[in-house]
Amino acid sequence: MGAEVVIEGLTKSFGKQAIWRDVTLNLPPGEVSVMLGPSGTGKSVFLKSMIGLLKPDKGKCEINGTDIVRCSERKLYETRKLFGVLFQDGALFGSMNLYDNVAFPLREHTKKSETEVRKIVLEKLELTGLSGAEDKLPGEISGGMRKRAGLARALVLDPEIILCDEPDSGLDPVRTAYLSQLLIDLNAQIDATILIVTHNINLARTVPDNIGMLFRKELVMFGPREVLLTSDEPVVEQFLNGRRLGPIGMSEEKDSAQMALEQEQADAGHHDGSTEDLRGIVPQLQPTPGLPERQGAIRRKDRVVQVLHTLPEPAREGIIASLTPEERRHYGIPEPAVTAGGRTQVQGNLPAGDVADLPGSPAWPSAEQSAPTQPLRPRRGGA
Amino acid sequence: MSSRSATVPGLGMLRETGKLFALGLDISRGLFQRPFQLREFIQQAWFIASVTILPTALVAIPFGAIISLQFGSLASQLGAESYTGAGSVLATVQQAAPLVTALLVAGAGGSAICADIGARTIREEIDAMEVLGVSAVQRLIVPRVLACMLVAVLLNGMVSVIGVLGGYFFNVVLQGGTPGAYLASFSALAQLPDLWVGEIKALIFGFLAAVVASYRGLNPPPGPKGVGDAVNQSVVITFLLLFVVNVVMTLIYLQLVPPKLG
Repeated sequence: MGAEVVIEGLTKSFGKQAIWRDVTLNLPPGEVSVMLGPSGTGKSVFLKSMIGLLKPDKGKCEINGTDIVRCSERKLYETRKLFGVLFQDGALFGSMNLYDNVAFPLREHTKKSETEVRKIVLEKLELTGLSGAEDKLPGEISGGMRKRAGLARALVLDPEIILCDEPDSGLDPVRTAYLSQLLIDLNAQIDATILIVTHNINLARTVPDNIGMLFRKELVMFGPREVLLTSDEPVVEQFLNGRRLGPIGMSEEKDSAQMALEQEQADAGHHDGSTEDLRGIVPQLQPTPGLPERQGAIRRKDRVVQVLHTLPEPAREGIIASLTPEERRHYGIPEPAVTAGGRTQVQGNLPAGDVADLPGSPAWPSAEQSAPTQPLRPRRGGA
Repeated sequence: MSSRSATVPGLGMLRETGKLFALGLDISRGLFQRPFQLREFIQQAWFIASVTILPTALVAIPFGAIISLQFGSLASQLGAESYTGAGSVLATVQQAAPLVTALLVAGAGGSAICADIGARTIREEIDAMEVLGVSAVQRLIVPRVLACMLVAVLLNGMVSVIGVLGGYFFNVVLQGGTPGAYLASFSALAQLPDLWVGEIKALIFGFLAAVVASYRGLNPPPGPKGVGDAVNQSVVITFLLLFVVNVVMTLIYLQLVPPKLG
């Protein structure tokens, strides 16, 4: 199981300029979380503070019970071995070729023989689609390849926590989709806790279990993905939809005059930059068929159901709708009432008997996790 | 803390100095920590030697010459030609050789180290290394500092030899000094500790040059231009430090080791 990260009251400033204040959150073990936020809100600084590269002014950051902010240097280096970090530009060692770069952590921290090292390195390079590029120097390859090589290097020690600083920047949408799938598959295989810092909305909607958002020097919210995706907080709404209309401006904040002017223009029919309302819960990315179920996702379900009554209405509905009837019975949640939400309606209309005699019903309990909504689809036409 | 630095002048400088010393201490501690990065050390020693050896040799000849010429003409004015050898050799071995060595190790080797480390810092390579649980000081800086020290000591020996030979040549051939008097006065006044102090100075100067270069490299101002500035500053700071430390060490040496009386 991945390590749990508990962050309490973390505050960081450079000189007089506060970066963020009093950030408190909890990365549950083995779950995938995304930290969103406009550029310049200190997302990267937040990542660096988590691994002890920057020293926060206040607060604590506990990883497996070790407070990164206050522990001894020896302890810090020990704890860092649990991390795999993907930097924005890959941060490969310029003087080594890709093979040596990926082999570096193994050679430094393990006593593995060179043949074992070779096996692991080639496997990770294969995983990130870099087979055949072992002898290239980081200066000779594209930014996307550097990024993937950086990921390969972050993975060789089988980390318990994976931190990704903007994994999508400089990657095309297709490669980003592959990378997202790779992260989810990894999570299914090694059950590592993953934190992704990004402003890619598509990634944020489909990949994580939990989403947080930094804005105006604080953590606006952090919680299950359903909460943020259905939130009507103006900042979140604006950010998800990529609109100019709202509290986020070109420089970090907007004054009210500017806001009023933009509202006026928008009312007069001026395009506000967004296309459609992207809020709402979309199905989460699942591990590639054949891989084990994500343990983090199972734990998350238990966790979320326990706090269900504290969540806002739309998020609660979304979560209930994402559960299979089997799970609902297990948690003792009544079938959702028929609401306007499309997905809920489909599931609500299915008679209970219909679900029981689905094709391959003996295999039903194992198939339900990997693709909870899939088996229902063929039925939708008939029903 | 930093809000006070704006009000109290000089506090920023003190803080930087403190950090430099802290890094110096970390490095000193790292010298004795295992595992020792032998490969990196040999590569760096070879690299520093290769960039410094030719310029040092070229500087050493005229340096020996000017000391010898200056001292020779002064001595002849005073009627003490026979002591020219002793004077110029002592000046070369004790002062000129370690300084020439240090200036070149700082100028050629230190600037290269600073640029290398600085570029790695801004490309986040140092961060990446730290995050992989490898101490950058232990892995990168310590081998460089050791390499600088070794090369400084070896170069110092070379500069001493070349400087003394050059001084001998200019005194005997150009100023008409007698070879016998040159050598005799040399062995009459010079003693073994004179060579030791020269080597110890070179060792310490090599250490300082590498520590300052690494410090500026690890903490460059932001951006690619910052690395350029850091290299510039590291060379200037090293030069200043060297001369101050040289004065202190010379004073201590003169107090501790009694001059040999011919």
